[in-house]
Amino acid sequence: MSAPAIPAPAPAAPAPPPVETLTVKVNGKTLQVPKTHPDWQGRPQPTTMLQAARCGGVDIPHYCYHDKLPIAGNCRMCLVEFGTPMMDPATRKPILNEDGTPKIAKSVLPYEPGTPRGAISCATPISPGMEIYADSPATKQMRESVLESLLINHPLDCTICDQAGECKLQEYSVDHGQAGSHFVEAKVHKPKAVDLGPRIVLDDERCILCTRCIRFTKDIAGDDALGIVNRGSYNTISAFQTGKFDNNYTLNTVDLCPVGALTSKDFRFKMRVWFLKETKSLCTGCGTGCNITIGSREGTIHRFEPRDNDAVNGPWMCDTGRLNYKWIGRPDRLTEVRVNGQKVTWATAIKDIGSRLTRASSGSVALIASARQTTEELFLLKSLATRLGAVTDSVPREGEADHLLVNADRNPNTNGTRLTGIAFTEAGMQLPLIAAGIEAGTIRTLIVFGEDVTKHGIAPELLAKLEMLVVSDILPNATTALATHLLPGASHAEKRGTFISVKGRLQKLTKAIESPGDARAEWEFLHELVHDVTGRNGFTSIEGLFNLMARETPAFAGLEWANIGDKGVDVKI
Amino acid sequence: MAEQFKLITKHLDEPGFSPDIECYLQHGGYAALRKAVASPSRELADGKKLSPQEVLREDVKASGLRGRGGAGFSAGLKWSFVDRRSGKPIYLICNADESEPGTFKDRQILHRDPHQLIEGMILSCWANDVKLAYIYIRGEMPEGARLLNVALKEARSKGFLGKNILGTGYDLEIHVHRGAGAYICGEETGLIESLEGKRAYPRIKPPYFPAILGLYMCPTIVNNVETLCHVTHIVNMGAAEYAKLGTPNNTGTRIVSLSGDINRPGYYEIEVGKVTLGQLIHDSNFGGGLKPGRSLKAIIPGGSSSKVLKAGEVFKLNRKGPDGQMSKIDVPMLDLPYDFDSLQQAGTMSGSSAVIVLDDSRSMVKTLGNLSEFYAHESCGQCTPCREGALWLAKATHRLTHGEGRKEDTAYLAHIAQNIQGRTICAFGEAAAWPVLSFVKKFKDEFDAQGAADEAARAKGAQPTHRPSPVGTLNPH
Ligand SMILES: Cc1cc2nc3c(=O)[nH]c(=O)nc-3n(C[C@H](O)[C@H](O)[C@H](O)COP(=O)(O)O)c2cc1C
Ligand code: SF4
Ligand code: SF4
Ligand code: SF4
Ligand code: FES
Repeated sequence: MSAPAIPAPAPAAPAPPPVETLTVKVNGKTLQVPKTHPDWQGRPQPTTMLQAARCGGVDIPHYCYHDKLPIAGNCRMCLVEFGTPMMDPATRKPILNEDGTPKIAKSVLPYEPGTPRGAISCATPISPGMEIYADSPATKQMRESVLESLLINHPLDCTICDQAGECKLQEYSVDHGQAGSHFVEAKVHKPKAVDLGPRIVLDDERCILCTRCIRFTKDIAGDDALGIVNRGSYNTISAFQTGKFDNNYTLNTVDLCPVGALTSKDFRFKMRVWFLKETKSLCTGCGTGCNITIGSREGTIHRFEPRDNDAVNGPWMCDTGRLNYKWIGRPDRLTEVRVNGQKVTWATAIKDIGSRLTRASSGSVALIASARQTTEELFLLKSLATRLGAVTDSVPREGEADHLLVNADRNPNTNGTRLTGIAFTEAGMQLPLIAAGIEAGTIRTLIVFGEDVTKHGIAPELLAKLEMLVVSDILPNATTALATHLLPGASHAEKRGTFISVKGRLQKLTKAIESPGDARAEWEFLHELVHDVTGRNGFTSIEGLFNLMARETPAFAGLEWANIGDKGVDVKI
Repeated sequence: MAEQFKLITKHLDEPGFSPDIECYLQHGGYAALRKAVASPSRELADGKKLSPQEVLREDVKASGLRGRGGAGFSAGLKWSFVDRRSGKPIYLICNADESEPGTFKDRQILHRDPHQLIEGMILSCWANDVKLAYIYIRGEMPEGARLLNVALKEARSKGFLGKNILGTGYDLEIHVHRGAGAYICGEETGLIESLEGKRAYPRIKPPYFPAILGLYMCPTIVNNVETLCHVTHIVNMGAAEYAKLGTPNNTGTRIVSLSGDINRPGYYEIEVGKVTLGQLIHDSNFGGGLKPGRSLKAIIPGGSSSKVLKAGEVFKLNRKGPDGQMSKIDVPMLDLPYDFDSLQQAGTMSGSSAVIVLDDSRSMVKTLGNLSEFYAHESCGQCTPCREGALWLAKATHRLTHGEGRKEDTAYLAHIAQNIQGRTICAFGEAAAWPVLSFVKKFKDEFDAQGAADEAARAKGAQPTHRPSPVGTLNPH
């Protein structure tokens, strides 16, 4: 996380307590490493050899180890040769070489003292003076032999495997493997294309039995649904009930699987991963604001994947959020700007709306903006409303929360609607008032961004009474059908901007693909409209717009677009 | 002539000796328990006072008792590692999974003298402040489990077990848990997982040392059946007297399971180190010699996992001379004293004290084929080197015993085994690798010859006698 570089006016925070360190050597380099590191649950635990090596920039290859899962220690890929200082049993002091350096006893097999004994670096704590030989011939030999073992029963069908390009088996074999295998026996055959659940297919022959999927679903998702059946080489990953691996987090196991054993039914065989363009973005499925990577190619989105952010979602996301992308490419997307049913240019429409709004009497306009709009859009809409003396509101969207990520607030930017002043503490309070105003004829213009208000207490008959109904949306609905001015908007994958999570994390969207037809990012045409109506200018870029909003919104004080970073910043909510 | 020394097995074969408590009491049963709980605390030279429980812990250390389950680790030292400051309950588990091929000693105790084990367990639990203990018994011994449950009930009704044992205020419960038939359930951390109701996947150490994070993540003592029985005798005899049995650092007695090509297979209890391998095989008190006309080929001295010894081998052993100086002396294989240290110095181990004798009628290739199949069948499959390596070894030896050998198979087998030992989660890796490494090293000619003969036969058009390996029956797919 990159903290915002705010010039610190407040008194300096108390210095954090000094980190206790140990001295170890990694590949000959002396390092001071912290005594503890957070474990998978974030609790400080003695630093492991693997973590110490990372401190020195050395990445020890590993399969079963994952920062956010309990340690299993089963793949043995991370075995390393190591040594510890020799101690004088009498004085309990290190025995020194002639040059004053401590004598190191390399770890050897107790029953075969000529052979190095490796330790699994993922689970072995460091001790003072320990030397870790992550690249020694003995370490390399151990690695090679583990890889050889993993490959003897593997089908080696990379050419038709979805994981190709992201496969740790492929990658490590190139980096750490040996030229050929000695294996001349018949391979073990196991089930292929096993239907684990509605979203997951398993190829047991590709599985290296690292148990990441099992540990995830048991210890993170809280659904003890996967396990191993049979014994030895015949070990097979299996669902408690075949086809019933069906919690809302199953697809994370596909990300976790270091090989191509677990595949997403949704993504299977669709696309070679190296063709995908990756864009950092956010899930808009609920108020949690999980960080995602959008995988797209030539204007089409092929997948969402979680993007690591410890402040928000860790490395996970829910299946609902992950699969919620297909609507973006729907053929019935709104792609034309229309005024009274006639296709027009953006310039015509914006000019017409602007001149009508300028003439509207104060109090005759109401504005409903979705909490799915970006904060910048909400800010622009609020400036418009302020100028027009318009009543504003948003639409609440509630569901059930779960124990892991999913929030009861199904809007991604409820805090954005509050902090910009579009909605009050309770979104939706003004909707009956607006309905009544239309009914009474006091409200004659309604501006709707991103909601089908007919579902929220403003019936089509009411909408028909309006003099002007300006609607911006992405997909057609009962409200867009009645619009006098229809403005096709952009999905979150097609624009830049920010959302503020339920916990007050302000995070950025980046543009992955172009909008279809004439559809445009709302902030782009809104800033023109705001200029026409209010005369205000200076936000033709998202950076400029954000920075202006930040200056005018107390909660964003001190923030600048450039300082938000990929993982967002906390704002006061 | 070497004699048996019957301490644990004293009454087992006596006519009329039965597993019920009355019989056990008539033979002096539960006297050790009465003695221990009534014993005074002990004042040490430095003024420190040991509670009666601490006294027994110290006595077990002083007795020199070493674990009889396989590794031969000091029982007293193991008890001293138990984390007594965690505030968590301490558990004790009796390992009655006895599954090492060749081993059939614990089952004698379990089936014929269950109270001897129960008394040893109560004493060990009392000494270690254990309130709840388990006997994990091999699934294939249903009768043993039944007898244990009967015996536990008897002990409870006599006030030796349950609440307020013998009026001391000490409470203890012991439960019997039956395994479902897997060798790996004998490995102590696999056993613990199984007891917790999970798949018997051995745990990684660090951090899961049973003495600290054992059963239900609480400090736990795991001891073998025979080990726990010895505690009763340590109490009865006193630690110093007990330590006079056997030889220094190899104290007490041991039950040897003797099997294979000998005239009198069976179990024999000896003072540790007082009987040699040769005596075990040839003496009329023990194995009674080889079958007529046969000569000795090899001995597997400590259960199927131990490294094989070849007839005629001579070992260099450390010996303390009368002047206290250490020196190396040559000891022929049959003169090896049967104890922990001598066998270790001979490059193998006494393991579960199962001695398997092979005569010249045996093919070492076929014998290894049999062993490797066992290990392929029993690998739990948790960690890569053993999971993949154990079946690989079995497939390779299977080829060699079915006309598909190759000249390079000797080196091939060693390569596979070398990549297993020392790289696995549990000692099963060694168990699977050691037979292979020792067989192909010591009987290289036999393996080379088999590979060469197969190649020659195939060159002449011979068809391999292929049949699917029984390990394959494990494959459900
Ligand atoms: C693969 C494997 C199987 C084992 N099986 C047994 C067994 O069946 N019975 C047993 O007492 N110990 C067995 N052990 C040894 C136990 O892990 C443990 O060391 C022993 O029960 C400790 O008891 P002791 O100290 O009294 O010998 C086995 C070890 C391994 C690695
Ligand atoms: S399916 Fe993938 S994640 Fe699960 S055990 Fe196999 S290799 Fe590991
Ligand atoms: S928890 Fe919410 S934000 Fe996260 S992936 Fe699911 S729907 Fe999207
Ligand atoms: S060494 Fe073998 S038996 Fe032990 S944990 Fe690994 S796979 Fe299982
Ligand atoms: S990463 Fe698998 S054993 Fe360490």
